[in-house]
Amino acid sequence: MTRRLPAQTEDPLHRRLALTDEEFEAIVDKLGRRPNDTELAMFAAMWSEHCSYKSSKGHLRSLPTRGPQVLVGPGQDAGVVDLGDGVACVFKMESHSHPSAVEPFQGAATGVGGIIRDILSLGARPVALLDPLRFGPLGDARNRYLFAGVVAGVGQYGNSVGVPTVGGEVKFAPCHSRNPTVNVMCVGLAGTDELIHSRTGGAGNVLVLIGASTGRDGIGGVSVLASRTLDEDAHQARPSVQVGDPFTENLLIEACLELARRGLLEGLQDLGGAGLTCAVSETAARRGVGVELDLDEVPLREPGMEAFEVLTSESQERMLATVRPDDVEAVRDVCGRWGLSASAVGRLRGGGEMLVRHRGQVVAQMRAKALAEEGPVYERPSSPPPWLVRVREDDPAMQPLPVSLEEAFYYVLGAPGIASKRWVYEQYDSLVQGATVLGPGSDAAVIRLQGTIRAVAVSTDGNGWYGFLDPYLGGAHGVAEAARNVATVGARPLAITNCLNFGNPEHPDVMWAFAEAVRGIGDACRALNTPVTGGNVSFYNESGDSVVYPTPVVGVVGVIDDYRLLMRQGFASDGLVIYLLGQTLLELGGSEYAETILRKVSGRPPRLDLDMEGRLHRLLYECARQDLLASAHDLSDGGLAVALAESSIAGGLGFTVSVQDDGLDPHVALFSETASRVLVTAKPGREGDFEQVAAVHQIPITRLGLTGGSRLEFASLFDVALSDAVVVSEGALPRLMSNQRLTG
Amino acid sequence: MKPRVAVVTFPGSNDDRDALRAIELMGGDPVPAWHGDRDLQEADAVILPGGFAYGDYLRTGAIARFAPVMAAVRDYAEEGRPVLGVCNGFQILCEVGLLPGALIRNRGLSFICRWIHVRTEGPSDASPNFSGGEVLQVPIKHGEGQFVASQEEMARIEEQGLVAMRYCAPDGSIDERFNPNGSAHNIAGLRNPMGNVLGMMPHPEHAVDPDLGPTGGHAVFDWFLSGARDRIHA
Repeated sequence: MTRRLPAQTEDPLHRRLALTDEEFEAIVDKLGRRPNDTELAMFAAMWSEHCSYKSSKGHLRSLPTRGPQVLVGPGQDAGVVDLGDGVACVFKMESHSHPSAVEPFQGAATGVGGIIRDILSLGARPVALLDPLRFGPLGDARNRYLFAGVVAGVGQYGNSVGVPTVGGEVKFAPCHSRNPTVNVMCVGLAGTDELIHSRTGGAGNVLVLIGASTGRDGIGGVSVLASRTLDEDAHQARPSVQVGDPFTENLLIEACLELARRGLLEGLQDLGGAGLTCAVSETAARRGVGVELDLDEVPLREPGMEAFEVLTSESQERMLATVRPDDVEAVRDVCGRWGLSASAVGRLRGGGEMLVRHRGQVVAQMRAKALAEEGPVYERPSSPPPWLVRVREDDPAMQPLPVSLEEAFYYVLGAPGIASKRWVYEQYDSLVQGATVLGPGSDAAVIRLQGTIRAVAVSTDGNGWYGFLDPYLGGAHGVAEAARNVATVGARPLAITNCLNFGNPEHPDVMWAFAEAVRGIGDACRALNTPVTGGNVSFYNESGDSVVYPTPVVGVVGVIDDYRLLMRQGFASDGLVIYLLGQTLLELGGSEYAETILRKVSGRPPRLDLDMEGRLHRLLYECARQDLLASAHDLSDGGLAVALAESSIAGGLGFTVSVQDDGLDPHVALFSETASRVLVTAKPGREGDFEQVAAVHQIPITRLGLTGGSRLEFASLFDVALSDAVVVSEGALPRLMSNQRLTG
Repeated sequence: MKPRVAVVTFPGSNDDRDALRAIELMGGDPVPAWHGDRDLQEADAVILPGGFAYGDYLRTGAIARFAPVMAAVRDYAEEGRPVLGVCNGFQILCEVGLLPGALIRNRGLSFICRWIHVRTEGPSDASPNFSGGEVLQVPIKHGEGQFVASQEEMARIEEQGLVAMRYCAPDGSIDERFNPNGSAHNIAGLRNPMGNVLGMMPHPEHAVDPDLGPTGGHAVFDWFLSGARDRIHA
């Protein structure tokens, strides 16, 4: 049985492959002739939004990407920063939302597999995974099915492949019904002298395809799935979702690292979106050479595959190595030891032509750069949505508290986006590799560099409500919040990666939000000295009349010089002085409180003083260095009330605080989401030193009260039992998922 | 002299490097071994580590039992040398019949990664070093850790004192509420009648370094390494 290109209809082939008439003309122009069907399929894949970044490229160029800490910036499979002492940290974030919407388990699993191979392609050992996820409300059975499936898929792949899943976030909003946002971030470590730079090795080198055989899975993944809006018939796209095999990936990691260690690689590239077409054309284009590819040498899962299928298949667990001709046998031996096939499928050559043979015939011929680098770039029209002004004017702060403070506290603490995510992270192996100093549930995950006291801290963050109300601030807050998380455990934030989740870029309001978010990210990164080392853009996250909020998700890595001095969020002992760093303002726009209690996403998100944010990070770093604090916990969604409850629950210890010193209404003091705030307790006897250091850094501090007892006591307002707070926080997700029914 | 401990790497093993590091930290001499090896390089003891050997396709441990190295592991078990199977290693030991029973999908059907408590059970004649009644805090991380056995087998297990550890409350009481995966009789670990083969679902190798968390794994490695030392002197 052979599969053919989509059946003949009125539409010409290029339109059915999601190329516009103008794009088709551009291809004819580049070739100097009409493309054949195989060539057209290759261009359609490489010029898809997913591969070419045609709508986003112009905006992304404005981001800051340089700094002394950056070893490899955007343009490679992943970014790299210097952790010092000859150790490099390789990291990247990507989205796999579209496949997950169609088939949650495999969609999420293969997302994990793909991001791991991006890290591997620089020669680094993957050491940590983080998964920022967004779903629709769990009252809906379909959303529960997607949530359960994605979490199980992330878990199954990460657990089997042997890379710990140490963090991420889970949030819920109606716009994610049927549009789950599934982002995956991977962090790897390598010696700075072990990094594989994929620009070495030119003409004459052999391309060796390593790992799984090539099948018909995932054909059209980048063009059919990732670069289109999902319709009601999205389930019919299920064959476009790849199927993961973490066992093969596990072997692929070990084999590739052994090849790198033995110096057998001139280059290494992941096969992801657009499969062989992308890996081969990029390998040649980056080196400015041509390439000859023989499809008959590609190990196939089934006979009779057409050239376009072999070229665009997105079968998982494959890597393309660039190898000196004399080393091909040695590469085969290493792969053989790990039970993997290694096939010489092509050869780099002079000139810039990419030549593809199949069954002895030349089936495609074009310049490699035309495919990989000369795709269209669009300056798409952009304008803010007219209704935004009205939504922003509707400030939740104008509305009185409709319930008692105590009720509001319980509602917010038990809201699915706030409540404990134990139900999720207990399904992930967070311990394998034996380097997890701080795992899930912490402000940032901390992974030590084995054999040293140094560690890398990682956190992800993104707030769709802020992005919806003010995409500029949404982007900037994403950076500030993730960097603050990293600073809160005592690390120095170094650089960011991101995943920008948006709707259809052909809609001017989506494009406007995208541009604003990128501008916000850029400003925050410049102010906090955390350059952008890479990332991913995910457009077309809409279905029916529902569009995801503009959701820029940011991943920050930082370095800790001595992990024994890191700071944890839990209250550690009785009688410690609790301080609030930063200042609370009347800021309820886009807050958890407004959504949960008032049922509205409106107003303006909190302001952001990036200068103060930077000072706060330096203060936290100094506190860790001098060992002044017994705990530290970032304030974010849910404000001070939630941060206090979380520190209390994590430490198993109550508190008594007074929050009424600042002239704000109690509910504002408790639930305002003003940025640049952190809740800390000082080490006994170090209060004076701490207050002094805070003053030097010009960060306002407020003494809130003391730790101790078994109640959460908000003096003269209300108090609740710690055990009740635990039940509310820990019980929320299990309760919502307990009537989980799996519906396809 | 440090006892030599071989840690077998199967394709798909994940916690092999963690086991090697734990042995080093606990005063042993770790030796990496390979699933294709036919001998264990004169190691004094052997560990089958956690992970997903051969992808755990078909059934956990079902393919691993046929690995060439397993003949050597069987010899070790019969000669009375210490053999420790952790998680996937425990599943493999059950699959090859060195330990009774089997491990099936967790009661809740989900993978569980969690720090839990186990209480060790009194020493058998053959392993006097394994002290009973200790409460150890160790992590589990598995999707298939529910221990099951036939009624007759279970009677024999209890009668012969083969239970090495049971899931328990932090205070050591055996309580169904602290049974994370539905294991029969709260069983978390088993030994063979000679007492030299120990299989356990919790991961002692992830509970030895105080920088990373509680150190309930020390008791397990103390027993294991002292058994290995006895072999040197035997």
